[in-house]
Amino acid sequence: MPIIEVDKLTKVFGKNTKQALKLLDEGKSKEAILKETGSTVGVNQASFSVEPGETFVIMGLSGSGKSTLVRLINRLIEPTSGSIYIDGEDLSKMDKAALRKVRREKLSMVFQKFGLFPHRTILENAEYGLEIQNVPKDEREKKAKDALELVGLGGYISQYPGQLSGGMQQRVGLARALANDPKVLLMDEAFSALDPLIRKEMQDELIDLQTTMKKTIVFITHDLDEALRLGDRIALMKDGSIVQIGTPEEILVNPANDYVEKFVEDVDRSKVLTAQHIMKRPETVNIHKHGPRVALERMREEGLSSIYVVDNNRNLKGYVTADDASDARKKEIKELNEIIKTDMPKVEKETALNEIFTIIHDSQVPVAVVEDGKLRGIIVRGSVIAALAGESEVNLDA
Amino acid sequence: MLNSILEFAPKIPVAEGTEWLTDKITDMFSFLFDPINEHFGNFMEFVAEDVLMAIPSVIFILVVAIIAFFVSGKKFGLASFAIVGLWFIYNQGHWEDLMNTVTLVLLASILSVLIGVPIGILMSKSKIANAIITPILDFMQTMPAFVYLIPAVAFFGIGMVPGVFASLIFATPPTVRFTNLGIRQVSEELVEAADAFGSTGSQKLFKVELPMAKSTIMAGINQTVMLALSMVVIASMIGAKGLGREVLSSLQRAEAGTGFVAGIGIVILAIIIDRLTQNMNKKKD
Repeated sequence: MPIIEVDKLTKVFGKNTKQALKLLDEGKSKEAILKETGSTVGVNQASFSVEPGETFVIMGLSGSGKSTLVRLINRLIEPTSGSIYIDGEDLSKMDKAALRKVRREKLSMVFQKFGLFPHRTILENAEYGLEIQNVPKDEREKKAKDALELVGLGGYISQYPGQLSGGMQQRVGLARALANDPKVLLMDEAFSALDPLIRKEMQDELIDLQTTMKKTIVFITHDLDEALRLGDRIALMKDGSIVQIGTPEEILVNPANDYVEKFVEDVDRSKVLTAQHIMKRPETVNIHKHGPRVALERMREEGLSSIYVVDNNRNLKGYVTADDASDARKKEIKELNEIIKTDMPKVEKETALNEIFTIIHDSQVPVAVVEDGKLRGIIVRGSVIAALAGESEVNLDA
Repeated sequence: MLNSILEFAPKIPVAEGTEWLTDKITDMFSFLFDPINEHFGNFMEFVAEDVLMAIPSVIFILVVAIIAFFVSGKKFGLASFAIVGLWFIYNQGHWEDLMNTVTLVLLASILSVLIGVPIGILMSKSKIANAIITPILDFMQTMPAFVYLIPAVAFFGIGMVPGVFASLIFATPPTVRFTNLGIRQVSEELVEAADAFGSTGSQKLFKVELPMAKSTIMAGINQTVMLALSMVVIASMIGAKGLGREVLSSLQRAEAGTGFVAGIGIVILAIIIDRLTQNMNKKKD
């Protein structure tokens, strides 16, 4: 069951919300509605669901409604219509007390400009969520300290936020959110205010934390690289509407429309695409069944200068070159074992394209893509270049 | 001739109406005003004569100096000024007047803050309250302070209590305004953070908004105290005791010397109070 389910969530800012809703139903554009009613459509009938443990990224340029959308999820902004289900409970229909309970126990938020309380120490900041639930002082201090330890700030508990760098302040923001042990973290452009190096460090750390915590994260960003790095799935927003939802690869490779395509065209594809996206089905010979003659025959048929050798279970054994196979046939060698070479370049299915560059550059034979020692595919130079150019047919189901 | 256009209506009886209203209020609420006058008057007398004047002047001066020393960050400037200034007032024989004035300023300020801060909070939370109260505050501050003496006398007669009442009306607006401003100035992200973690309204107010607004509110309180002090001379016109009365009586008798001495006393008190409240604010920043 999804932990967050958002159904046709709409926010209209302004006075004529009813009329604006009607016009939205008629499919009028944001501009047309603004002209006609004076109301601004913040979020337009957004629907999606997030599974437990998933990192769901909502991405869009400024003004696309992404920050409004995340505030609708915990009702910091009241929705105009639509529903938000958290663990199956409809947040949009809750009274204040019930809403508070959900906010305290299930949803924590991390803010773009950190949102730390400057008059409280780091520890007191991290304690805040527990303090307002009247958790006894000892207990909440312990939990807050644990959370600070988790983000690497154990030694700063008695400092004030103003004494810390931006990156450290956002760690406090994260610790404050984690101290409640919420199921869901809402992160509103959490790393956008940090400089690029620190941002990347925080992203890595979040990924690390996420492998052990398995929180559900809704992450807002305008940075596509960040979205692609962090997101299990990405929702792309434009003018308040969700344009496409998909895994990073899906968005990159099969953009739903021109807008998405334009958005992703500048992406460094080498960081996103991995070996499995560009590998080809390998031609192989079986070490137990075939000899140099068959190997040579296959190479000739396919126009190859080398061929990979596997066993009955497709475990990669090595490769033979056409020259060696030809020599072997002349010398009447029957076993592939005697001419097999094992110095082939190997990568995992998840290896990113930018790491394959150097490997493939130094190699005389195609790169082998392996999984648990089994040969899954090969990569030739041409497909790397084609993938970078964004022209190739990329196999997503690989 | 041309002015006859303006005379399409008879004179509107605003003055008569106000007088009628004041009379009515005096009558209707005398059951309230009379005991307030009596008990609060007694209380003020108690504070001035049995508390402040009971403290030996030396001790009083030393205590003020010590407070000034610590509040101003362990600097000697304000402390030395307090010692010299207060001794000068003592030397001129105005110690009792000073104590009466301090009582008046102190009580008027405390009441102003007790009334002003909650009203300021209300204004920051409610657009309607803000829209209604803002013009009232403008009115209270621009109306000449003397005018407040008239209903004050009607309600409470002559003495210290109407002085406090008039000071209250004149001095409360800054506290209200600055409290309102201070809370509205708390950054939206902090308010969102408080809400997002599930704070109740009062948790948000006491744990986030008021602490964040504190220095602004303190600036307002500083203003309030100074305004209350500025009412001292005016309040003496309706019989409030203290340094103000000395100024007033020397004016009536055209004694420049005694007037100057009493005036200097007020200035010394003003400087001490102002620097004390300002420094309290700075220290907490």
